Amino acid sequence: MAAVPMEHGLLLAAILFALGLIGVLVRRNVILVLLSIEIMLNSSGLAFIVAGSRWVQPDGQIMFIFILTMAAAEVSVGLALVLRFYHHFKTLDTDRANTMRG
Amino acid sequence: MNSLFYVPAAVAVISTILVITSLNTVNALLYAIISLLSIALIFFGLGAPFIAALEVIIYAGAIMVLFVFVIMMLNVGPQAIAEERQWLKIKVWRGPVLLALILMGELAYVISGPSRGACGLTINGPKQVGMVLYGPYVLGVELASLVLLAGAIGAYHLGRRDQPGESDRGQS
Repeated sequence: MAAVPMEHGLLLAAILFALGLIGVLVRRNVILVLLSIEIMLNSSGLAFIVAGSRWVQPDGQIMFIFILTMAAAEVSVGLALVLRFYHHFKTLDTDRANTMRG
Repeated sequence: MNSLFYVPAAVAVISTILVITSLNTVNALLYAIISLLSIALIFFGLGAPFIAALEVIIYAGAIMVLFVFVIMMLNVGPQAIAEERQWLKIKVWRGPVLLALILMGELAYVISGPSRGACGLTINGPKQVGMVLYGPYVLGVELASLVLLAGAIGAYHLGRRDQPGESDRGQS
């Protein structure tokens, strides 16, 4: 990574991760919470790609492929849970699901 | 050369801020797609073209389409047509289209400019990634397949309809 300093790439990953974390903490729409989790996973993958490009190794890209796989599995289960949630509570507000025995 | 990193980085940060602040879910989804596309452009600039393609195909393609499917499924009803007509207003897609045009201009600049390949980066293409993926990391590939199988079974189990006999106690 000759053109761009590695710190800038890692700083971008940190900013995106922080934004995703703010989204998880602030938003109450469960679909937007899932979307913010996707943003966080994507920013961690960006950190892996930046590090792999810094040391000219393909291992960072391998880790990104694993993160991608995990994100795909997570979002399929998460969206199925969203469907159950909506059929049960008739809303997408996560504050409605504050009890274990809904 | 640095504009291949900094312009998509600015687009990614702006669109992510708009994701977590927009009130409309479809609007947030459009901004999230723009964010993923800009990160794919960053990957391309960092010498990972295979990962850039995967980012566009799987993240911006498959996963976001899953989100769109769920939003569409949750909006079945008489008000769905009115909401859909509301989503097609110019106010909804004006911002994402603007950010996407920035990315498209960036792509056109990179392709047409004389500075192509001057980034000084070593490109790790699909061949290197594949050699390592099925070499030292083959156990990780097996574990990833197990994760995907578990995700498929879990999504099928959670997504099925309630049976009539167990609906009183099986509300999980």
